[in-house]
Amino acid sequence: MMRFMLLFSRQGKLRLQKWYTATAEKDKKKMVRELMQVVLARKPKMCSFLEWRDLKIVYKRYASLYFCCAVEEQDNELITLEVIHRFVELLDKYFGSVCELDIIFNFEKAYFILDEFLMGGEIQDTSKKSVLKAIEQADLLQEEDESPRSVLEEMGLA
Amino acid sequence: MPAVSKGDGMRGLAVFISDIRNCKSKEAEIKRINKELANIRSKFKGDKALDGYSKKKYVCKLLFIFLLGHDIDFGHMEAVNLLSSNKYTEKQIGYLFISVLVNSNSELIRLINNAIKNDLASRNPTFMCLALHCIANVGSREMAEAFAGEIPRILVAGDTMDSVKQSAALCLLRLYKTSPDLVLMGEWTSRVVHLLNDQHMGVVTAAISLITCLSQKNPDEFKTCVSLAVSRLSRIVSSASTDLQDYTYYFVPAPWLSCKLLRLLQCYPPPEDGAVKGRLVECLETILNKAQEPPKSKKVQHSNAKNAILFEAISLIIHYDSEPNLLVRACNQLGQFLQHRETNLRYLALESMCTLASSEFSHEAVKTHIETVINALKTERDVSVRQRAADLLYAMCDRSNAKQIVAEMLSYLETADYSIREEMVLKVAILAEKYAVDYSWYVDTILNLIRIAGDYVSEEVWYRVIQIVINRDDVQGYAAKTVFEALQAPACHENMVKVGGYILGEFGNLIAGDPRSSPLIQFNLLHSKFHLCSVPTRALLLSAYIKFINLFPETKATIQEVLRSDSQIRNSDVELQQRAVEYLKLSSIASTDVLATVLEEMPPFPERESSILAKLKKKKGPGAVSVSDLEDGKREGELNGAGERSADASAIATSNASTPSPSADLLGLRSAAPVGSAAPSAGSLLVDVFSEAGPAAPPSAVNDDNFLSSAPSSSPLASEDPAPPLPESDELLNKFVCKNNGVLFENQLLQIGIKSEYRQNLGRMYLFYGNKTSVQFVSFTTAVSCPGELQSHILYADHHTDSLQSLSFISCNEQLLAGLNPESSQVNVQAKPVEPLVEGGAQVQQVINIECLTDFSEAPLLNIKFRYGGALQNISLKLPVTINKFFQPTEMASQDFFQRWKQLSLPQQEAQKIFKANNAMDTEVLKAKLLGLGTALLENVDPNPENFVCAGVIQTKAQQVGCLLRLEPNTQAQMYRLTLRSSKDSVSKRICELLAEQF
Repeated sequence: MMRFMLLFSRQGKLRLQKWYTATAEKDKKKMVRELMQVVLARKPKMCSFLEWRDLKIVYKRYASLYFCCAVEEQDNELITLEVIHRFVELLDKYFGSVCELDIIFNFEKAYFILDEFLMGGEIQDTSKKSVLKAIEQADLLQEEDESPRSVLEEMGLA
Repeated sequence: MPAVSKGDGMRGLAVFISDIRNCKSKEAEIKRINKELANIRSKFKGDKALDGYSKKKYVCKLLFIFLLGHDIDFGHMEAVNLLSSNKYTEKQIGYLFISVLVNSNSELIRLINNAIKNDLASRNPTFMCLALHCIANVGSREMAEAFAGEIPRILVAGDTMDSVKQSAALCLLRLYKTSPDLVLMGEWTSRVVHLLNDQHMGVVTAAISLITCLSQKNPDEFKTCVSLAVSRLSRIVSSASTDLQDYTYYFVPAPWLSCKLLRLLQCYPPPEDGAVKGRLVECLETILNKAQEPPKSKKVQHSNAKNAILFEAISLIIHYDSEPNLLVRACNQLGQFLQHRETNLRYLALESMCTLASSEFSHEAVKTHIETVINALKTERDVSVRQRAADLLYAMCDRSNAKQIVAEMLSYLETADYSIREEMVLKVAILAEKYAVDYSWYVDTILNLIRIAGDYVSEEVWYRVIQIVINRDDVQGYAAKTVFEALQAPACHENMVKVGGYILGEFGNLIAGDPRSSPLIQFNLLHSKFHLCSVPTRALLLSAYIKFINLFPETKATIQEVLRSDSQIRNSDVELQQRAVEYLKLSSIASTDVLATVLEEMPPFPERESSILAKLKKKKGPGAVSVSDLEDGKREGELNGAGERSADASAIATSNASTPSPSADLLGLRSAAPVGSAAPSAGSLLVDVFSEAGPAAPPSAVNDDNFLSSAPSSSPLASEDPAPPLPESDELLNKFVCKNNGVLFENQLLQIGIKSEYRQNLGRMYLFYGNKTSVQFVSFTTAVSCPGELQSHILYADHHTDSLQSLSFISCNEQLLAGLNPESSQVNVQAKPVEPLVEGGAQVQQVINIECLTDFSEAPLLNIKFRYGGALQNISLKLPVTINKFFQPTEMASQDFFQRWKQLSLPQQEAQKIFKANNAMDTEVLKAKLLGLGTALLENVDPNPENFVCAGVIQTKAQQVGCLLRLEPNTQAQMYRLTLRSSKDSVSKRICELLAEQF
């Protein structure tokens, strides 16, 4: 199973973190720091896998963002690489040519998409259609809810 | 602000994120966040009830702040309220917040569970999925208790929607992993297994993860899954790439599900049912065949997905290890990948081949790729790939190719990355031992290893070569000759000196017939290295010398002369001094017969597991040395009883117990010495040394004996300015971090002893200057200064002569200025004057008063000047005054400790170091050192009894700095992690630095 997934920028800014096992906040921060250092130091042509602690790290860079997964000893590296790719495709489809800013400003959406795709560190559904359908349904519900409200909100906003 | 895409409902959140992004500095960001937190807090506390939308927005902002890395300690209640909203997005944000910021607050968990219960019962599939996601994300025991009974029901119910089934399967998996005792499958087992037949591919994909995990734990109950998995796999493998619609990924049908099915099958032995087995073999062959077909797409996703299945199939083939035909095909396929242009594939092929190498069917096939693998080791640009290549070479090594592989690994070692050298050294040492056909090759290999990578040759490796040489008399003469030659090199590694000293001490007689390696030449060769070596090696050499006296009576006078010299018999190191004294006495008192008995050749070592193998196992886990299992059957009459490799724990334990500690060499004479006979107590060291009767050798006689002697020898050129601190002064300083008394410095002229005591922010130090020569030192002056502040002290001296006069002579005037102006100085040090004349053999004392004004990092400098025989001696040292000297120990209970620990949670308040143990990881020694640091050692605080936690307050004039410490030893890795937290970043940092040098 996947232990965690991190998205971070070339500059070492963490954009998304998803942990599939209970981990103390302090350890999380430490692991993130350590792993970002390791991954950012690697050159472009190097292989996408590395051993780190007792885990396998699978990472790939898409534009300015690094997608980095930690999986267990018996997990398949190549298919994990494609888990990353499929997630990128989902983001891309949802946001329409996704960029780092989309993920920053709509972080909650990025989490929802990831949750529809992976659960408890295992893949829930690999079909792009099923995952996006679930998200779009939620968006429809949201738009119905909030169209009258956003005007009020803007007025109340300092 | 960028255009936010669809679904945007929270403008306030976007504005806030935008603001944060516009912050120019960390401070500005914190300010903005604090403002926002205050705002949200007031909204939550306000009397006006918030509507759901506002609540959602604020909870989302809190979540954002938390994900930025800031602590959030409120908002949980509002998030829980959102859970019971009937608006989907509000509920969704509530669940997201709870998932990310779980709080073990039991009151809250009860409320959360209540909301989840309602949603699960709602029969609204989207709500049910949200609730299941939340359970899977939190996965706590309380949740397992509440829902482990309910979820299997949802999973297998006929009317459950597919999407809910998927979530339920993975949710159950998570609960099973955290609390297996609470998830009782019993009656559901068969229906869960049959999910493999579900029409919906998404359901199968989710369910198979659950089934695989359950099968690993209860293989018998789930074994019906094997035939179902085979038929599902068969259907996928034989389907056309378009059959599976959205489950086809870049022309590969259902790659995730295929991998999972192959993984599930690896939980079981090959199917017993012939038909099932035939079908499976067919699948595996099809997968192997497809690898040879031209790709359907040039996209890397296509080849990755296809090869992911291929590698998983190969894993299954290796797991079965029963189909020679498939094994060899797998090996050939991997062989193709070894030269693939994709680095990822080369990496995986090397990794996968490692396991193939241990199969008797494919071992030979793997060996045919040796040249490619060697080439990879030499040319791969990525160190992680080279590491795999080295692993594979190790795995494919047997007697037929050992010489080639060892030679390649040795030559690679010369340029290998530092990160993998130690492991490479161990592997070379093991292969050399295991596959040695002749012992001379083995000895050559190990000596080469020391020559090439001496720093990475651990004790286990050189102990082992000695054990083997001692136990095999046919290699002893060759070993003696080879080490003798190796020691001729102008610069040889200290490990070489150790091996050389030991072997020549035992078997030097075997080469003494050759006039080019006569006893005296051997001795002179060894002794020429003596002064460059560390104390443990010198101790070993002294033992070699006494063995020489027994082997070669003609060397007795020369060796006795050496033992008698001041640098040995009066060495400041107790161990060396004791050996010199005892060996000298032994050689002069004992008769030849007694000597011959005491110094007899070492008896053979009892056969036991190679200490190196044990070490590699410890480093890599048992799997890493699997090659030895394969070889077990073939091995006969190999070097050093390789049959003993049944590595039970007790064998390793005895091996370790009888493996000498660094300073106790293999001679074993040490235990015979009465403990403490020549060990003066630290406080009175100088007195003891100087009161000992004996000829006082003039300093010139010992000129080359002390490795610290370089400082005074440069003195003729020295100016009157204080010399820069000695290069070793930091090391000397480190010796005193955890102790207050001892010898600070020694060269052939001068010895400086220290006694010190500290109370609160004050300290008093006594310095004892001992003249080791018989000639007086004149114009003996000392000065103490704080670095970087010499200028201000000159300014000062004009103004404050009155207070100076109260102390008859102050060698560091600037400190008083520091007292007036605490910003410019951190420590106030006042030294009383010292007599300008020190008689030969005499000792003078100086008192220094120290006041800590504020925390500091740089130690004060001590400069000593005197004339000896006309030449000016000018020595600068760091005075061992470190910030930890001003610790007041603080006792506290576990609860208090952790509360304070949490309070000091800003990143800059913490300093942490992870470092390798330099000394044996002895609990008592660690405790003594931590107490020596000045903190209170707190018992029963850390849940892990191996760890140490300490607390103390640093007393400075300006402030008190509370300081918490945690030291986590990892004996397996021989590493420590040290964490310091204090209210002042410079203190955490400095103490961490100081303490990290102590272990």
